[in-house]
Amino acid sequence: MTAMIDAPPTPHVNRPFLLPSLYAGNARSVMERGILSTAKTNWLIVVSGFFEPVFYLLAMGIGLGSYIGAIQVPGGHTVPYAAYIAPALLAVAAMNGAVFDSTWNVFFKMNFGKIYDGMLATPLGPFDVALGEIMLALARGFVYACGFMIVMQILGLNLSWTAILALPSVLLIAFAFASFGMGITSYMKTFQQMDWINFIMLPMFLLSATFYPLSVYPEWMQYAIQAMPLWHGVELVRGFTTGLVTSAMLWHVLYFVVMILVGMTLTTRRLKSLFLD
Amino acid sequence: MPEPSPTPATTAFSSARGAVISASNLTKKYKDFAAVDGISFEIAPGESFGFLGPNGAGKSTTMRMIGAVSTRTSGDLSVIGLDPNQYGPEIRSQLGVVPQEDNLDSELKVRDNLIVYGRYFGLPHSYLGPKADELLDFAQLTEKAKSRIDDLSGGMKRRLTIARALINNPRIMMLDEPTTGLDPQARHILWDRLFRLKEQGTTLVLTTHYMDEAEQLCDRLVVIDKGAIMAQGSPSALIRQYSTREVLELRFGSNRNAEVATQLEGLAERIEVLPDRILVYSDNGDAAMQRVIELDLNPLTSLVRRSSLEDVFLRLTGRSLIE
Repeated sequence: MTAMIDAPPTPHVNRPFLLPSLYAGNARSVMERGILSTAKTNWLIVVSGFFEPVFYLLAMGIGLGSYIGAIQVPGGHTVPYAAYIAPALLAVAAMNGAVFDSTWNVFFKMNFGKIYDGMLATPLGPFDVALGEIMLALARGFVYACGFMIVMQILGLNLSWTAILALPSVLLIAFAFASFGMGITSYMKTFQQMDWINFIMLPMFLLSATFYPLSVYPEWMQYAIQAMPLWHGVELVRGFTTGLVTSAMLWHVLYFVVMILVGMTLTTRRLKSLFLD
Repeated sequence: MPEPSPTPATTAFSSARGAVISASNLTKKYKDFAAVDGISFEIAPGESFGFLGPNGAGKSTTMRMIGAVSTRTSGDLSVIGLDPNQYGPEIRSQLGVVPQEDNLDSELKVRDNLIVYGRYFGLPHSYLGPKADELLDFAQLTEKAKSRIDDLSGGMKRRLTIARALINNPRIMMLDEPTTGLDPQARHILWDRLFRLKEQGTTLVLTTHYMDEAEQLCDRLVVIDKGAIMAQGSPSALIRQYSTREVLELRFGSNRNAEVATQLEGLAERIEVLPDRILVYSDNGDAAMQRVIELDLNPLTSLVRRSSLEDVFLRLTGRSLIE
């Protein structure tokens, strides 16, 4: 070996209060890795993810919306059709971005790239890995959301100043979907199983009061949809962008907080049992 | 970056008797199968220690437990004075791990692999930049700094994996089958690099099923089979204890081997009949050969060589190491 670098810093671990053996307090490094690899390889996918909801908005909101006009929402207000579906598309974009990053990306890293094996041989624990990957999904979701909000603003679809609160809502939604998605992906071993994720996502996208109010469904189906996470996301974001804010929206927030807690617990446990047997 | 807090990793470094790793009755069970079945050993700082055994002997499982990525079922284990079940991140921060299968990050370039890996240890960029260059030089990969991982040869990937494991100046290097699958030239380059680390005082813990590797690199080793330790000592002591100084290898053709073996009895201390050859254990191989000639046995080929760890393993288990 040639000249040594003087005074090498010793690696250190901040022993966190929570989950000491599963967490080294360094999720940031996992996120950094993701940004570096995305910047060099997957940027095209990242860009395409932004345009998808914009196309939907132009086709359905502006195109179809010119025939539909306004739509009546609970509480007796009417909202132009494009302004009705735009927040739903925003919630869907958050969901899609988070789910893509936390399922397909994670699936490849787990089963082909062996990247987590390498990470977990370092001080990083499963909680660092889970949190880092999810933060990455959130960061991407947030960039999409900001872009989409700008489009909405230009088209005059943000009906109230409260629309700005849709951004943190989107983060909450993305966090919930990402933490859950990663946990579920840890059970997947084949591509066929991964297709099940699409099988659940597509009907949820189409039916969760995205394009028309829930009142068109029979009562039992309304309950079924209300149990699904996307409906809560759509309602939360729509409340803020249309300015029709109600206290009932707290329930949506609570729904996602619970989902995040369950998702993070599931993911950390699964990573522990898979890689730290 | 937050200030380093005094962790147990820095306060309890030197365990009793100065061992950097000590295991007693270490056991790992998967359901009913005991992959590691009550093994005990101690590894001193700066020592180069080997686990020698066939595939499936429990070497990798032992390495994973030491590396704090697998929890033991029972027994005691202490690594740098800490219990891996509770202090996984602290222990791993002091280790350099070279896994059996390369798990380099193929989405990142060669140099970025080192930098990003160092970030997992919480090391600052200002340190990692020069350190990565130094390690690329050590691994003879400076020209490949900007290459993709998939463009590297097997030997280069191994060297990069070793360089990566050194990014945190580890106290202990853990090498699981470091040269498996490499051509002879690549193996010798790798041995040279590992030998330099040893000279610098790094503790090396390695598994291998190659005798020459164990003889080259290990100060001391344990022979492990079916999850249990069969013998331990330095390579030369093991050979002295379990084998003769020399071995006469005879080939009579696969049909005649068993038949001739009966005639060879009494000729030497011990005889092993393998499918393709007969091993005659004697302190003087040439003298044994002389007697074979006197008996008029006419082997197809004959060879006198020094005893190796392969012979030790054969003696201890009745099986050959590479099957």
